[in-house]
Amino acid sequence: MAGANMVEDRVEPRAGRAGRGSTGPGSGGDRAVTVTSHVVLGIWSLVVVLPLLWVFLSAFKSNREIISGSPLALPSSWSFDNFVLAWVDEKLGQAMLNTVIVVGCALALVMLLGAMCAYVLARFEFFGRRAIYYLMLAGLTFPVFLAIVPLFFVLQTMGVLNTLHGLILTYVAFALPFTVFFLYAFFQGLPGEISEAAAIDGAGKWRTFFQVMLPMATSGMASVAIFNFLGLWNQYLLPVALNTKRNNWVLSQAVASFVSGAGYQSQYGLLFAGVVITIVPVLVGYVLFQRQLQGSVSQGTMK
Amino acid sequence: MTTPVTGAGAPALRRGGRARRKARWTFDSISFFLVFLGLPLALFLLLVIWPFVQAVFYSFTNWGGFSQDFDIIGLANYQRLVNDATFKTALGNNIKLAIVVPLVVIVIAMIFATLVTVGGRGIGQTIGVKNSGFYRVVSFFPYVIPAVVSGVIFSKVFDPSNGLLNGLLPEGLRQNWLGQVSTALPSSMFVIIWGAVGFYMLLFIAAIKAIPAETFEAARLDGAGRMRTMWSITIPSIRENIQTAWIYLGIAALDAFVYMHVLNNSGGPDNSTLVMPQYLFRLAFSQNQFGYASAVGVAMAVVTLVFAGLVFTINRLTGGTTRSS
Repeated sequence: MAGANMVEDRVEPRAGRAGRGSTGPGSGGDRAVTVTSHVVLGIWSLVVVLPLLWVFLSAFKSNREIISGSPLALPSSWSFDNFVLAWVDEKLGQAMLNTVIVVGCALALVMLLGAMCAYVLARFEFFGRRAIYYLMLAGLTFPVFLAIVPLFFVLQTMGVLNTLHGLILTYVAFALPFTVFFLYAFFQGLPGEISEAAAIDGAGKWRTFFQVMLPMATSGMASVAIFNFLGLWNQYLLPVALNTKRNNWVLSQAVASFVSGAGYQSQYGLLFAGVVITIVPVLVGYVLFQRQLQGSVSQGTMK
Repeated sequence: MTTPVTGAGAPALRRGGRARRKARWTFDSISFFLVFLGLPLALFLLLVIWPFVQAVFYSFTNWGGFSQDFDIIGLANYQRLVNDATFKTALGNNIKLAIVVPLVVIVIAMIFATLVTVGGRGIGQTIGVKNSGFYRVVSFFPYVIPAVVSGVIFSKVFDPSNGLLNGLLPEGLRQNWLGQVSTALPSSMFVIIWGAVGFYMLLFIAAIKAIPAETFEAARLDGAGRMRTMWSITIPSIRENIQTAWIYLGIAALDAFVYMHVLNNSGGPDNSTLVMPQYLFRLAFSQNQFGYASAVGVAMAVVTLVFAGLVFTINRLTGGTTRSS
C-alpha cells in the first residue's frame, strides 16, 4: 500500500505520564490483532479506492475498450477526447462555472449573515431571542422536502425561479441555521471584556463587530465555511426542483443527467470523464486542506 | 461600561428589558439590529419557515399546483395516505434504511476509529496501527464526493453487463444488482454506507482523542483487553457523539432521495427502493397533486421527529442504567 511514510496516529501523551512507551515488539496474540486490523482497514481502503480508480481509468478509454476490456486495465492510449466532449458538448464547463458562482456567492453571503445573526443572538439580550433560536433549530430539523413545493412558488412570485441569484438566496437561507448554531456557541465563548473595551474606546456596534469580534472568530468561521462549502457544492435537491433551465444547471444536475439521459446508454467514457471533472477539484482541495478539516471536526465535537 | 439609567438621551429599554448594555435608539444601534438580525431573519422566514407553514396548510387542500383554485378538504389527504400502499412501501423502505444504515456505519466507523487511535498495541503506549494516517485520509474520500456523484459511480459499478463489480466477480456470482428485488435495496444501502463511514470515523477519532490517555492506561494496567477497553471505556466516553451520529445518519436515511433517485430513478423493481421523498417528488412534479404531496411531506417530518425522539429516549434509558451501575 502506498503512503507508508505517513505518521502514526497516537493519543497525545499527557504531562507526567510514565515513559513506558518503548516496549518491545508485542506478543504473538498482539501481532495477530495487528495483522487483522491491517487486513480489515486495507480491505476498506480497496473498497473506497477501486471504484474511483476504475472511473478514472475508464475516463480515458473508448467505449469499445470499456465494454470489451478488463475493468481495471490501463487504457491503451491516454486519450482526452471524453474530457473535451464532456466539457464542451455536454456543457460541463458551463455547469462548473455556474456552480462556482452559486457556491461562491452563497458561501460568502451565508458566512456574513450567519456570523452577524449568531453574534446578535449570542451577545445581546432582547425580547424574542429564545424564540428566534428555537425557530432556527426547527429549520435545521425539518426535511427540506416538505418546503420544496411552496418554495417553488415563493421563488416564482419573487421572479427569481430558474435564475442563479434565486438559487443563491435559497442556498443562503437553508445553510443559515447550521451556520448560526455553530457560530452562536463560538461567539458566546469569546471574552466580553474585549467588546466592552472597544465600546469604551468609542467604537460603535458595527465597528466592534467587524474590527474586533469577527477577527477573533476566524477559526470558527473557517470550520463552518468548510462544511458549508461541501454541503452547498454537493446540493442536489434544491437545484433539481428550483433551477431547471439547462444553461443554469449546476454540476450535480449535469452529472446526474448523464445517467438518466437517454442518449448516454452507450457513452460510458463520457460519463466517467464527467465524474472525474466533478470529483477532482474537491478531492484535491480535500487533500490540501485535510489537516484543517480534521481540526474542524474535532472542534465540532468538543462542544 | 455602565449607562446611567436616567441619563440624557432617554435610554430606551427594549421590551425584554434586560439588555446587557442598555441600548439607546441611536442610528448606530438601530441600523445594527436591522441589518444584523433583520436581514438574515427575513431571508430565513421567507425562504425556509414560510414554505414550511404553507406546506402544512396545503396538506389540507386538494390543490393541484397549476390553477389558483383549490378546496380545503380537511383530513382527506391523510385518510388517503393511511390506505396508500405505495406510500406504505416507501415508508417501510425508509424505516429499513434508518435502522440498517446508522447501525452499520456506526459499527464500522467505531471499529476503524478505535484501530487507528488506540488499537495499535495491547500493552504500553496507546497508539494506532501503522499507517493510520493513510487509512484515515482514504476512508474520508467518499465524504468529499457529492452524493449524486457517488450514486452515478455506483450505478455504473453495479451495471449488470459492463460494471466493475460483475467484472471482478466470477461468473456464478454475477447479479443484476440494482435490477432485482432481492439485491436492489441492500446494494443501495451499501452506497450510502460507503459515503458515510469516513466522516463518522473522523468524528469518532476526534472524540476518542479527547479522552485522557491515562484512562486507557489505567484500564490496561487493570488487565482490560482491546474489546473490553472499547466496550467499557471508549463507547461510554463518546456516547454523546454516537447519539449525534445516530440522529444525523437516521435523518439522512429517512431522506436518502439523492442516492435513490440516481441509483434507481423509478423506485426500483417493484418499488423496492422507493423512498418517501421520491414518492413526494413524483406526486408533486409529475402528477400535479401538490396537496397530497404536502401531506406526504408532513408525514415525513413527523416520522423524522419521532425518530429523533426515539433516539433521545433510548439513549436516556440505557444511559441511566450504565451510569447508576
